[in-house]
Amino acid sequence: MIDAGGVGYKWNAGTLLRTFRKSVPVLPFLMYVFFVLGLPTIVITALAFKSGNGHYTFSNIKVILSGGQYRAGFENSLKLGVVTAIIPGIIGTLIAYAIASSKSGALKRIVATASGVLANFGGVNLAFMFVATFGAVGLATTWLNAIGLDPWNYGFNIYKLWGVAFVYMYFQIPLMVLVVTPALNGLRPSWREAAEGLGASPWQYWRRVGIPVLLPSVLGCMFLLFAGGFSAYATTEALTGGTVALTPIQIGAYLNGNVIATEQNVGYALGFSMIIVLLIAVIGYSLLLKRSSKWLQL
Amino acid sequence: MATAVRRLKPGRAVLLLLSLIYFVLPIYASLQFSLENVQGGFTWSAIRAIPSQPGLAGSVWLSTRIGIVTMIILMLLVVPTVIYVHLRLPGMKRTMEIITLLPIVIPPIVLILGVLDATPLGLKASPYLLSLVYVVLALPFVYRSLAAGLDALDLRTLEEAAKSLGSGALRTIRFVILPNLRSSLLSAVVLSLALVLGEFTMASLDLWQTLPVWIVNFSGSDPHISTAVAMLSLLGTWALLALVVFLDRSHSRRLRKGLVQ
Repeated sequence: MIDAGGVGYKWNAGTLLRTFRKSVPVLPFLMYVFFVLGLPTIVITALAFKSGNGHYTFSNIKVILSGGQYRAGFENSLKLGVVTAIIPGIIGTLIAYAIASSKSGALKRIVATASGVLANFGGVNLAFMFVATFGAVGLATTWLNAIGLDPWNYGFNIYKLWGVAFVYMYFQIPLMVLVVTPALNGLRPSWREAAEGLGASPWQYWRRVGIPVLLPSVLGCMFLLFAGGFSAYATTEALTGGTVALTPIQIGAYLNGNVIATEQNVGYALGFSMIIVLLIAVIGYSLLLKRSSKWLQL
Repeated sequence: MATAVRRLKPGRAVLLLLSLIYFVLPIYASLQFSLENVQGGFTWSAIRAIPSQPGLAGSVWLSTRIGIVTMIILMLLVVPTVIYVHLRLPGMKRTMEIITLLPIVIPPIVLILGVLDATPLGLKASPYLLSLVYVVLALPFVYRSLAAGLDALDLRTLEEAAKSLGSGALRTIRFVILPNLRSSLLSAVVLSLALVLGEFTMASLDLWQTLPVWIVNFSGSDPHISTAVAMLSLLGTWALLALVVFLDRSHSRRLRKGLVQ
């Protein structure tokens, strides 16, 4: 029926049937993903634009955008996502570079394994560990207090937004080390040698070669970190008991029934807004990673 | 290790030392907190009090059951699909990669909103609804780990060799491909098990008292005991991880010596 650009490959009933038959074993999996992931997403999207009595409306979205607690929560979540992407992103890249350029195989293995474990370490246990360490009477707080540097006297509070950011670094830094290491390993020594051979200083090498080559992957990985920091719930909920105004916490409170009757479907609008932001982040991540693979054989 | 550190430039050594402190100190502090009494002295009393805590045993059992059902679905549905895609439908790899990105776009806190609304009542009353959702959360780990293992194999040659020796497709998968995927399967299982046993968001909002939910609910009554439980569950997970790494290493060492067929 259609000649695919003169390649000579013709689609006909036979090949279509064969392709279909070949895909049959994958159908159960695809249906599973549809029912467990796709359908709930459709429901969230539909309810985000419905009022309590079933009419289509933009009022749920307007409630969030117009100000008040939901807008504050959304702005806080965005801030948290950006800060816990940039700072751990930079620290993680520096650690990964220090490891990648060292000659010790043991150090590389230890850091790789530790990063793999710690990157998936958000959650309840992490919250408890930080209360025991940097809480008002935590071990590190007590030590610092003994030398007159109690961080709590200088505005530090582990139960507030920036305290939460400090805790998130515990899984964000290892995640960055994990995802950015392949890019750093792709930085070929021959490029540095070539630059030096042409008389480049280390600074010139980094400015003209190293940073331009690495920047897409580093930024891409930061998008991934942003997604994690923006949507994390368990750590903050266990740490603060839901007292910090963040969108995930507000969705949790909504599900637990803490909602005003006139704002019945606002929870779904919050969920929908998060999906939109995260979609942008993941697309940014994929595009930047694709771009970086132009230079780096990942 | 020491010589490796000595070989580093001073700037890097300081960076690595500071990060070492940041990552180790909380573990040390919580262990100490679990093992101290009101006066700050050493005691096992928090650890000894763990078995008799009301609700703890039930929550551990609940987490275990949910974990087992999750593993069964992963093994019966996801693993065969990933293998099939790599063997017969390599054109679908890209689609699979996109699917594994979806749990980032729809994170647990958002997904549970829709799941609680879209699920029929009968299933909603079951704790295994969580297993169904955890399969999706574990998907990225399972897919990446298996895909890496499968990409490293020369599937075509293996398959043709098995075929020429008279093996059917299922026999080839069971006796040729799966044994070669041993370590990727192991790491997929352990990572997803760690994920399932530590998952708090969806379990707490679906109102099931799994182990992490119990730890948070109980933390008001005695922080020493709940920190001790948190550390124990953490050590348990790490022991599991270490065991897998160890089993995998000793297996491949024996393989190299030719002790395993």
